[in-house]
Amino acid sequence: MLRYVKAGLALLVAIVLAWVLNTKQGDVPPVARLLSPYRGFWRNGETAADFPARQTLHLPGLRQPVRVRFDDRRVPHVFAQNDHDLYYAQGYLTARDRLWQMEFMTRVAAGRISEVVGPRTLEYDRFQRRMGLPYGAENSLREMLKNDTTRLVLESYSAGVNAYIGQLSPAEYPFEYKLLDYAPEPWQPLKCALLLKLMAWDLSGRSDDLRLSNIRRKYGPEVVNDLFPDYPWREDPIVPVGTPLDFKPLPVPAAPAPFAAALSDKVPQREPDAELGSNNFAVAGSRSASGLPLLANDPHLQLNLPSIWYQIQLSAPGQNVYGVTIPGAPAVIIGFNESVAWGVTNVGGDVLDWYQLKFKDAARREYWHDGRWKPVRRVVERLAVRGLPDRLDTVLYTHHGPIVYDHDEKPFNPQTPTQHALRWTAHEGADEVLAFVKLNHARNYRDYDQALRTYASPAQNFIFASNQNDIAIRPNGRYPLKYPNQGKFILDGSDARQDWQGWIPMSQTPRAKNPARGFLSSANQHSAGPDYPYYIGWDYAPWDRGHRINQQLARLKKATADSLRVLQNDNLGINAQTMLPWMLATITPATPGAPKCAAPPLRPNSPKARAVQALARWNYHYTTDAVAATIFELWYQELVKRLWDDDFGKATTGLEMRPPSQDRTNRLLLTQSGSQADCFQGASPWIDDRRTPQKETVQDLLAASLHSAVDSLTRKFGPLGPKWAWANQKSTDINHLAQLTGFGHQDIVCAGSRGTVNATSARNGPSWRMVVALGPQVKAYGIFPGGQSGNPASRYYDDMLESWRTGQLDELVFLRAADENHPRLQAAWRLEQ
Amino acid sequence: MKPFLLLFLLIFLLSTLAQLWLPWWVVLPLCLGLAAWRRAAAGAAFLAGLLGVALSWWLPAAWLNTHGAQLLATRLATLLPLGGNSWLLVLLGGLLAGLVGGLAALSGAWLKVRW
Repeated sequence: MLRYVKAGLALLVAIVLAWVLNTKQGDVPPVARLLSPYRGFWRNGETAADFPARQTLHLPGLRQPVRVRFDDRRVPHVFAQNDHDLYYAQGYLTARDRLWQMEFMTRVAAGRISEVVGPRTLEYDRFQRRMGLPYGAENSLREMLKNDTTRLVLESYSAGVNAYIGQLSPAEYPFEYKLLDYAPEPWQPLKCALLLKLMAWDLSGRSDDLRLSNIRRKYGPEVVNDLFPDYPWREDPIVPVGTPLDFKPLPVPAAPAPFAAALSDKVPQREPDAELGSNNFAVAGSRSASGLPLLANDPHLQLNLPSIWYQIQLSAPGQNVYGVTIPGAPAVIIGFNESVAWGVTNVGGDVLDWYQLKFKDAARREYWHDGRWKPVRRVVERLAVRGLPDRLDTVLYTHHGPIVYDHDEKPFNPQTPTQHALRWTAHEGADEVLAFVKLNHARNYRDYDQALRTYASPAQNFIFASNQNDIAIRPNGRYPLKYPNQGKFILDGSDARQDWQGWIPMSQTPRAKNPARGFLSSANQHSAGPDYPYYIGWDYAPWDRGHRINQQLARLKKATADSLRVLQNDNLGINAQTMLPWMLATITPATPGAPKCAAPPLRPNSPKARAVQALARWNYHYTTDAVAATIFELWYQELVKRLWDDDFGKATTGLEMRPPSQDRTNRLLLTQSGSQADCFQGASPWIDDRRTPQKETVQDLLAASLHSAVDSLTRKFGPLGPKWAWANQKSTDINHLAQLTGFGHQDIVCAGSRGTVNATSARNGPSWRMVVALGPQVKAYGIFPGGQSGNPASRYYDDMLESWRTGQLDELVFLRAADENHPRLQAAWRLEQ
Repeated sequence: MKPFLLLFLLIFLLSTLAQLWLPWWVVLPLCLGLAAWRRAAAGAAFLAGLLGVALSWWLPAAWLNTHGAQLLATRLATLLPLGGNSWLLVLLGGLLAGLVGGLAALSGAWLKVRW
């Protein structure tokens, strides 16, 4: 009897153990299934034999044979005989390399992460739904499917992705599916639209409306106008000032009286990073060695693996285009063909506004607008959560858009529950895919002009160059036709005059073509100068990168592709160049006979004195070994904090606000902080730290911030020395999309900072660098920090990283015909029915 | 042939074959049945199950670790964390599966079914 008990017990233990090892436990993967050499991760290895030099793949639904050549970076060069097969092949090949990434990103966009990860991400999913990303994607999809071309492109691409998914057995699923224990689901055109909305969120999802409203409420409109002006002190706008208008502007709606929004501490959580930005520039033939234009683009995004971009060449009757694509979206996004090249950077326009609502009662079924109660539309979102029953979330929609925040909320006044509706261009249906398909086909400026008309969101600075010697730029997208400052603050959701009143016509977006200066550029700064007739926004990236680019471009003569590459890697910090001489002069003791307010001398050889010496010798370049760059960054940061924390910090004021821009801060420091000569008499009252009884001068702030910067660096790295090198302090990381330790690269030694043209910071940086030299035979160069393959087992997962790190570019293999010979081609496949 | 060796070989061969088509936990009924049928001593059965199943993992994992999967195994061994040692991952995987096999075989040995 006993042995049966023993046997039963042993069996029970074995079964429990097997169950535990076979099941995902919280965040722990199903260990045995993952580690099994029969079906687990071991099967995801990649050998040379997994990538045959020649093979024919039979894919259902292809109409004619497609030829694909692969170069030594594994970039596919696709030669199809019709558009259906072209986009089918793009879908198939992209999925082959990036299936998990593209599917995961659409889950991020759609608010469907919890379905595979569990309750941990439920709030995130809820937020995505409430921001209306899926809602916007559905609106866009409706628009896209109305157009025959876009419909064909989306459906063919989806069929290609599904052909790949259909081939996979669970043992062949990409690694991350095994780790997270789920299976790919069929692809649909909606997913392509979702990816565009995710881009819109990353690039136009920031909003300071609540913060600015709080500031206006606390300090009044004069302070807002002074410290948060609509146009900066120093600017070098994208469309050069004085560019003549080629249109007659529409009348701008009249501005209603300012609306005093309720004070609010509800700022949007999970805002996209303010650091995201990009550069692009085009040089006219007059400045190039070849006499034909050059074009460069480097979009700065959060750096992840698998890489954000996927390179491909797409050739079919009527087009032959090369460039980068977003895995999961058809067509080339940034690229070139034999006649033209184009690139994009983000427009910092204000296309996202918040409306304060007045509900009839706590039931929130009606809201007040335009003199009457209007019904609230209720949309029930069903959120699937792994291991738990589905959750339902009711989102309220007004004609403005969805009400994003109604949780964690203490109504300002219990009688009038105030909540905010979101109005955002990303909710509008538009056919961005068609714009890219047309750009892929473009042969001249007219085609570029036509292509951009259906492009709405996220608004981008589309730069363009053609081998007909045209260069052009257009901060392009759908912009609401606003009265000045509309949406800089919270808007009154009950006042129809504060609604968006229409759109700036697509033929009147800011634009410049073939300027006399012979170059065009953008680096996320203001789209146009004050001479542009419409208000698009007030808060753009600081002028640093744009100014440096224009400065360097203006010096170019007989430029080559390499001149543009060098500029992409430029590490000069304009902010340091502007501020450091003043900072040092103000803090270092002046020569004998100086006024009595000269700074007290620093003890020789003290850490601060040595820091000041290092700073004084610096050439403002953020090179990897620059110790002074480390000190300056921290010193400046601390200074700004000390300057504004007492006025706009939450700890002191109890309000969610934001400090003035870098431009306004610098203006205050340089011109309104007084001077040593008269003991800082007449300095702006903002300088004083109102938390202390005594009155601080800017010299006090500088001394204190230098002290704390040097102190914290000494604590972090030890005494001043090579360890303080900029690359060490910055410590650039490229992480796996799912933040998997061991699947990314940490502490990459690379130059640049967020304010230099080479805008490589701790987590963000140039996600693709491209330079195109137009000509009778176009030549192009490019690199991204990663590789073509999304498989962490592959050498091609990160094979381009080293070239990227050191600022090199690959020459891009651009084929004119499917059977062209090129020494860097390695494989030739045929895809057929 | 010694009963242990025979049981061990049977477990190794049959679980290798079975796992080509069936989920890994097929080793559980397999070891249970084989141990009960061969009527090995409890200790020997446990060891035969453990090593037989473990070997059915070690061999293919070791082969894959030297043929294309080492880079990924090293990354996974960093994540888990096993100090980035892919061979530890080979060892660990086999031991875990082997433990299930060993316990199942032990149970089978105690059952000692008479056919």
